[in-house]
Amino acid sequence: MNVIKYSTLTAAALLLAPGLAQAEISGDAVKIGYLADMSGTYRDLAGPGGLEALNMAIEDFGGEVNGAPIEVLSADDRNSADVGANTVRGWIDQDDVDLVAGMVASSVTIAVTNILEQQDKLGIVSGSAASSITNEHCTPNHIHWVYDTYPMANGTAKAIVDEGGDTWFLLTADYAFGHALESDVETVVKENGGEIVGKVRHPFPTSDFSSYILQAQGSGAKIVGLANAGSDTVNALTTASQFGLVQSGQTLAGLLIFLNDVQALGLDVTQGLQLTTGWYWDMDDESREWANRYYERTQRMPTMVQAGIYSSTLHYLNAVAETGSDDAATVREQMAATPVNDMFADDGRIREDGRMVHDMYLVEVKSPSESEGEWDLYEILRTIPAEEAFRPLSESQCSLVKG
Amino acid sequence: MTTIFGIPLMVLFGQLLLGLINGAFYALLSLGLAVIFGLLKVINFAHGAQYMLGAFAALLGLEYLGLDYWLALLVVPLVVGALGILIERLLLRRIQHIDHLYGLLLTFGLALIFEGTLVNLFGVSGSSYPVPEVLAGGFNLGFMFLPTYRAWVLVAALVVCLFTWFMIERTRLGAYLRAGTENPKLMQAFGVNVPLLVTLTYGFGVALAAFAGVLAAPIYPVSPTMGSSLLIVVFAVVVIGGMGSILGAILTGLAMGLIEGLTKVFYPEAANTVIFLVMIVVLLLRPAGLFGKEA
Repeated sequence: MNVIKYSTLTAAALLLAPGLAQAEISGDAVKIGYLADMSGTYRDLAGPGGLEALNMAIEDFGGEVNGAPIEVLSADDRNSADVGANTVRGWIDQDDVDLVAGMVASSVTIAVTNILEQQDKLGIVSGSAASSITNEHCTPNHIHWVYDTYPMANGTAKAIVDEGGDTWFLLTADYAFGHALESDVETVVKENGGEIVGKVRHPFPTSDFSSYILQAQGSGAKIVGLANAGSDTVNALTTASQFGLVQSGQTLAGLLIFLNDVQALGLDVTQGLQLTTGWYWDMDDESREWANRYYERTQRMPTMVQAGIYSSTLHYLNAVAETGSDDAATVREQMAATPVNDMFADDGRIREDGRMVHDMYLVEVKSPSESEGEWDLYEILRTIPAEEAFRPLSESQCSLVKG
Repeated sequence: MTTIFGIPLMVLFGQLLLGLINGAFYALLSLGLAVIFGLLKVINFAHGAQYMLGAFAALLGLEYLGLDYWLALLVVPLVVGALGILIERLLLRRIQHIDHLYGLLLTFGLALIFEGTLVNLFGVSGSSYPVPEVLAGGFNLGFMFLPTYRAWVLVAALVVCLFTWFMIERTRLGAYLRAGTENPKLMQAFGVNVPLLVTLTYGFGVALAAFAGVLAAPIYPVSPTMGSSLLIVVFAVVVIGGMGSILGAILTGLAMGLIEGLTKVFYPEAANTVIFLVMIVVLLLRPAGLFGKEA
């Protein structure tokens, strides 16, 4: 009797013991769910191109991890937190998804990472901008890979204030990301001796910016900062150029501008614009080599987000292979223990708050005469070292950061 | 300087002028919708997509055929309007005898197909269309800098709106159209080819959308999604003005542009919602719309 009792207990203990149950790949497959805006405002900075980058990473890795196949699911979150959260819940409950990749609109990401924490699955955020994702909204279950609003503000705004642009008017997208960028910019501008003379929060998305541009012109600020992204930034820049904002002596500062935006706007409108980026395809041999392979498949050069999706997926798969597990905590620990050295980053590392810190770049958009091709768009002015670029842990409000 | 609620009067003038320009766009688009609904009783959900097709046709025409802006303004509405005629002949006609909701579903489906196809081909970032040289630059009005092109948009849109209104309300052809919707059987007994009138009307409504698209091309980035965001607002305008009322669509379009413009100054966060608030109030107080006849 006792023997049966003890062996039952032992069996139960074995089943419950986390270490033993996790040292394998669940469901005999590594499943990656790719969630992004596939059809709206943010489609071109991640979207189907990001899915292609994810597939490239899987192909380059060999299509399987330690004999287990790698499967990809993808969905359009339509920039809706509800849609994104429901999709991910379904993926975890029904499809046994191990990793959620992509993730663009910050509001969607914050909703999804909450679910990832409850269900103990892993997420790698490549598209989102809000620095709050690894600050007050940090979880042990997600990593923020490419950039956030802190280096954007710190890189671009600081450079501009240093050059004498000390009075600012801000055009802010009225949601989580815009607010985060706005507050990061305000901090940087004030710390460096500048002043915010006015701001307006516009609905997301907005197509007609003429009214806001007129308000910016009336403010008398030297710098008009765009704390928005995607088509909002494109629309604002186009309208500003029509209303002669630059000719009347004001300077535009795009705080979050992607390669595809510059390409869409054309160099006539964007030349001379300074911006901060986490990666550029024409940085070095390794980035060029990968970007050209990507170009062959998509006929477009990759954005920093698409490059980040490739880089982070490979890093993840390496960690799964190394540990032989797809358990979130195990893989997360292995990923943090290994520095990121690839076409995307040199000596990038994942901090305890989930922030992957790496060098960022202050670039200037080339003039039409300097550009040698459709995608020859940036000149790198300055490398912002990783430690300077991102919010220091000493200022962090993340609960995972000790003391 | 004189101020109203803390906003200098001059700044307010500028904002009102911009509101009027946007209102002219709303008027032009809602006019097309109103014409189509008034005569066909079809709720044309493809209107936004047809506006977008107008802008795209202008852009592609310029890139591949060297079609200049002024020609595009003439040719593109004809081409897209012809597409509208095809849609009416091949699809809408087959469902005209059943519930109007099917027309809505059909045109909504068409809009998704047009947009989806172009998103796949061109992405959503869009491209810019150069402002024609004659209309480049702008005036300094003292209280604001007005790009010449925007002034042109205001004039062109108003002229087309008034022309359409005149055609439908003040000419014999317009009288046929109105009578045809009132009692098609009787009109046919008089020897008027009503089905042809209906086809041409749909084609004309679509051409209006395409015309607005060409007008918009140099202002907004030309992208496959440019129509869908505008369409909902335009529908609200039509509902406020009264479904099917031509003059109502024009006046409401202008008024909503002004109200939206003021909201952008006093409470920008609500700029996208204010028109819908107006719509709710109007529906509560006058369900048939401001200019609609009580059903």
